[in-house]
Amino acid sequence: MDFLQPRSWAEALEAKAAHPGAVPIAGGTDVMVELNFDKHRPEALLDLNRVDDLAQWWTEDGRVRLGAGVSYSRVIDELGDTLPGLAMASRTVGSPQIRNRGTVGGNLGAASPAGDAHPALLAAEASVEVASTRGTRSIPIAEFYTGVKRNALEPDELVAAIWVTPPSGPQQFSKIGTRNAMVISVAAFGLALHPDRRTVGTGIGSAAPTPRRAPDAESFLAGELDWDGRRELADSVAREFGERVRAAASPIDDVRGTAAYRLHSLSVMARRALAWAWHDYQRAA
Amino acid sequence: MRITTTVNGESRQVDDVWPGESLLYVLRERMGLPGSKNACEQGECGSCTVYLDNVPVCACLVAAGQAQDRDITTVEGLADGEDLHPVQQCFVEAGAVQCGFCTPGLIVAAHDLLAREPQPSDPEIREALAGNLCRCTGYEKILDAVRLAADRMATT
Repeated sequence: MDFLQPRSWAEALEAKAAHPGAVPIAGGTDVMVELNFDKHRPEALLDLNRVDDLAQWWTEDGRVRLGAGVSYSRVIDELGDTLPGLAMASRTVGSPQIRNRGTVGGNLGAASPAGDAHPALLAAEASVEVASTRGTRSIPIAEFYTGVKRNALEPDELVAAIWVTPPSGPQQFSKIGTRNAMVISVAAFGLALHPDRRTVGTGIGSAAPTPRRAPDAESFLAGELDWDGRRELADSVAREFGERVRAAASPIDDVRGTAAYRLHSLSVMARRALAWAWHDYQRAA
Repeated sequence: MRITTTVNGESRQVDDVWPGESLLYVLRERMGLPGSKNACEQGECGSCTVYLDNVPVCACLVAAGQAQDRDITTVEGLADGEDLHPVQQCFVEAGAVQCGFCTPGLIVAAHDLLAREPQPSDPEIREALAGNLCRCTGYEKILDAVRLAADRMATT
């Protein structure tokens, strides 16, 4: 097995083009588990830790460009005000040690339906910048996930960055698991209110083959919310929103939970996340 | 492959490293530093916690090659010769060591917490140690040890 250690983004893309079977490794929090248990022996590892560009983030024309190699700890410390939904989700990742190493780009590369970053990215309508020696392209986040642990990357492509326009309204994230720390989600839900365009963003985690949005719930809620008057949210609206989020999921039974539990918990988390977000929106008036 | 790193302040070089092996394996089996413990190999237990460029990480999840030219501090590097670091001394005094297997990882995690936050609240201690499992379930004494260390480090 080769160990490829590019020193620049251009070198990284050349290495991936020359070794399409190479597995990119950043924080190693997924890749090393596979190697330690000998589940997978790739032809090469492509270490991205030395590519400084990947560990940067900046704001450009009102959009955040989050380098694929920025750790969860840094998202929490540096982007809590700008991208609160993603920061909330990042706080629930693993443990301090895991958050120090794990990256949002790695979550996208692994494309697990249980990845904690996905619901927040879906709710914010992020896009993924991917690149190869052939060029760069942008993939809307909802089109990035193509199957269980599968994504839209071509074999010669790497995730360069995630672009997110900070939602103009409150964001929330809710995750349920067997305990409060060190837990893979049994189900998760992300919500963003976009009052500037009067739309709602959602993201469902661990309750379908891929992370996914709940479009019917989004359009229902966007039409029901009192965007200008910010009046109290009717309980019936919150419940209906929860039901429509539930209807968008298609979970399975597995070791972490049953499909029925996931569906129920999603409807509850969606209702609660909405109540929290609406409360924030009212207070911000 | 050859790996050169700085470990506990000393430059170390090892040869014939398989690129897929972990930093933990390199430390324990190739450098003779068995303080960091090997248990879950999946980042769940925290027993292998070391500093990588001053950031606590699970050594089992760092590929050996990723440690090239990096600065590593293991639990062996915390004491000053024969004098235990106050965090280590307080674990002994508080009875926070039962079987001892989780202790090195907890010591490093607590050491990092107190470097960042010298007077942590109980929720901050719990959060900082959330990635370290003690299967003897001796958590109360471990919390006592961290509180004791915080107090002692504040007065010395």
